[in-house]
Amino acid sequence: MYRTSPASAALRIVTWVLALAIAAPLLWALLASFKSELEAIASPPRFLFFDWTLDNYRAVLESGDYLHSLRNSLIIAGGSSLLVMALAVPAAWAMAFAPTQHTRGILLWMLSTKMLPAVGVLIPIFLFYRDWGLLDTQLGVILLLTTGNLPIAVWMLYANFNEVPGEILEAARMDGASIVQEVLRVLAPMALPGLASTFFLIFTLAWNESFWSLNVTTTDAAPLTAFVAAFSNPEGLFWARLSAASMLSIAPVLIIGWLCQRQLVRGLTFGAVK
Amino acid sequence: MTSPTLPTGSGRSYLRLQARILTAPAILLLVLCAILPLVPTIYYSLIDFRLLASTSHDFVGVANYSRLITDPGFLPAIGNTLLLNGLVLTISILAGLGMAMLIDRVIAGRGLLRLLVISPFFVMPPVAALIWKNLLMQPVAGLFAWISGIFGATAVDWFSTIPLVSISLIVAWQWVPFACLVLLTSLQSFDREQREAAELDGASSWAIFRHLTLPHLARPIAIVVMIETIFLLGLFAEIYVTTGGGRATNNLAFLIYSQVMLQYDVGVASAAGVVAVVFANILALIMIRLVGRSLEA
Amino acid sequence: MSEIVLEGVSKRFADHVASDAIDLVIPDGKFTVLVGPSGCGKTTLLRLIAGLEDVDEGRLLIDGVDMAHTAPVARGLAMVFQSYALYPHMSVRRNLGFALMVNRTPKAEIARRVEQVAKMLDLDKLLDRKPAALSGGQRQRVAIGRALVRQPKAFLFDEPLSNLDASLRTQMRFEIRRLQQELGITAVYVTHDQGEAMTMADNIVVLRAGRIEQVGAPLEVYRRPVNRFVAGFIGSPKMNFLNGRHAERYDAATIGIRPEHLGVVAGGSMPCTVRTIEHLGSEALIHAEVDDGSKLIARVSENLHVVVGQRIEIDVDPACVHRFDADGKTLPNNGVSQTNLAVSDNITSLNTK
Repeated sequence: MYRTSPASAALRIVTWVLALAIAAPLLWALLASFKSELEAIASPPRFLFFDWTLDNYRAVLESGDYLHSLRNSLIIAGGSSLLVMALAVPAAWAMAFAPTQHTRGILLWMLSTKMLPAVGVLIPIFLFYRDWGLLDTQLGVILLLTTGNLPIAVWMLYANFNEVPGEILEAARMDGASIVQEVLRVLAPMALPGLASTFFLIFTLAWNESFWSLNVTTTDAAPLTAFVAAFSNPEGLFWARLSAASMLSIAPVLIIGWLCQRQLVRGLTFGAVK
Repeated sequence: MTSPTLPTGSGRSYLRLQARILTAPAILLLVLCAILPLVPTIYYSLIDFRLLASTSHDFVGVANYSRLITDPGFLPAIGNTLLLNGLVLTISILAGLGMAMLIDRVIAGRGLLRLLVISPFFVMPPVAALIWKNLLMQPVAGLFAWISGIFGATAVDWFSTIPLVSISLIVAWQWVPFACLVLLTSLQSFDREQREAAELDGASSWAIFRHLTLPHLARPIAIVVMIETIFLLGLFAEIYVTTGGGRATNNLAFLIYSQVMLQYDVGVASAAGVVAVVFANILALIMIRLVGRSLEA
Repeated sequence: MSEIVLEGVSKRFADHVASDAIDLVIPDGKFTVLVGPSGCGKTTLLRLIAGLEDVDEGRLLIDGVDMAHTAPVARGLAMVFQSYALYPHMSVRRNLGFALMVNRTPKAEIARRVEQVAKMLDLDKLLDRKPAALSGGQRQRVAIGRALVRQPKAFLFDEPLSNLDASLRTQMRFEIRRLQQELGITAVYVTHDQGEAMTMADNIVVLRAGRIEQVGAPLEVYRRPVNRFVAGFIGSPKMNFLNGRHAERYDAATIGIRPEHLGVVAGGSMPCTVRTIEHLGSEALIHAEVDDGSKLIARVSENLHVVVGQRIEIDVDPACVHRFDADGKTLPNNGVSQTNLAVSDNITSLNTK
């Protein structure tokens, strides 16, 4: 397969420049994280020639806040993702391999819950949590994030399971496998890439979620989103520190995203785009 | 992989019971946490309920709604929501389309190109907002100020003069990767031979783009519009972290938040919540009608 | 080794009836072939027997016990799928042993049975390979082996050879049949290829639109089709059908004659023009057009020298003519009888003149 008009050098340069421009804010913050505060706000800005320092990272890591929030993010994102998978895998299996005439409706209904703006239920949830001691708890946030991500996971897993040839599972059934055996020994190994990318997508969405994690936590359960949001406090902006904190907050998910980009896009578009 | 086909039922009776049991927990959670809370919201919207004042919780009918609609901040909030939505969609799709078409032509180093381009999508909104507001848009020491200085123009004081546009830019930046990747994937499934045949027929690049490429991309663009809109309706963090609300930048979501958290008027806030849900449903119905076939094709 | 009986079995899908009150006996130890055009419900019937589809009405007796609503595994049947359905992430050895493992058979027993089956099917050198590293024919054998290992009451085959190339297909037909006969296992085999059905079956079941058209031994179905559909479906090249005055001569709405029962004879009753000749080497197929436009195919010896466009006369032995009424049902006193062989000898000798 040959291309009739490969990109000219000019086009290639433009492409690279634009790509770098898109990534520029991140790259700029990355640079800033290694500067001293004075250098960070220096005008004209210093690009590469400044005193590189790890002080900012050290400061952030040593502040109890970051580690505390990191721990919360891990528990909340990890916990809700596992819960989502535990609920979504069986449901997606049932929809893909034992559909009934209600399955279609249920699938669309699940998606429609995603279209409800979270804000519509903010008040009852807030009041309920307040009265039942769920405010500022990891569990409270986990429940809400699970609810939000469940439809996406079900749809993504359903699309993945559909690609598994049904006959292989029927063969397992004829061989006498129970449903559990069928799922664990035959389906899971075959659908592993799909399972993994669904998990990572859900984890990413949970990690970055910035509505419930800001509104339903204060200190105890505050994850990294709240930690960074606190930097918007106008009392003195430490740009270098902000940059270091930002880098430390987005690193895990950024790396995961880089590794699984294709599957994540597919999942998010519900497989509707080839 | 083609679009997942929606299932036609032909249940096996020996599986049907298990199927029901397996789907039940997921449905239960969604009903409990997503649907059920709507009931109190509607209820609160119809009573007098303010958190600080010891109110009677009397039924007040549509009083909350009328107070909401006549609130001077209400219409601007709706307007802002639509404006935000429109701006973000336009910017992210145009930029995404452009980027996708460029990357489609470049082969060498495409992996790295994709890496660069998808980065913004994985940045958590508070981080994105703060980086943009401070390191880039700050009118004195920000990068944009320096760049405009090079061109001899005065720096734009983004958040003082055009806060909504500023926020739109930040949000659009986060969504460009998504639009770009979806469109890129679609472009790469675009039949080369069709394009080559058209070139042989003497069609200009523009004609090819207009009559072949664009129609092919119509479906993925529609999907991007739909998905972005769904997520944009709940836009919150960027506003919270940059302007903290206010008439110029309130969207519906933030309006509700400020009514509850800052003014403690649960009644009016719930009315706004109901409005938001209705609004979202209307939008969703429109979207589904426009785009619905794409999900099933 | 079991007998399977279907009584009044029906299956409906949302928009059509796949099986319509089927009554069928699948005899113990015999090779029964379900054959018919696509959409006739043969695969559905197989899956109903297997338990992969639900029976809407009727009884399904396996060794006298109604299993219509039992789960597949409890029926004791094994199935070979069209796409083989091998577990891609498991080696051949584990594919073969999966059913036994899932049923908690002791490891030693699993190993013994797997080895035995592998040797029987010539798979013993391939036991540690994964399906992706096997050829089509090898995968086929693993699929069969997986069914064999379970020592089932009956074998169910769902068009297992359609994904193989022609020469492999004929070889595998023979292998499968030989295996079944050696082991004496009841087999139900689905195919759309009537030739495959003829060569492999003890018992052919011809299906159309969810109904059984005819059940019988291959030669029986070939010589005495009960209606026009079966007559036209079985046999290759297809039986010639003629209407109008040709049929009237035999007092029927339609008549059918097999290509091998037509002879090119001087003075024959039907003058026609040769349109195409297919040379197969062992014989030739002459496509001729009668004066009134009817088309005929005749099987003749290659020694008969005929060219395209030539006028020839074709003759028919009245004993070989199948007569059908207006509904397509076969009228009695049909041509093909015990005297068939002698008659066709005649015609062959006429051809080589």
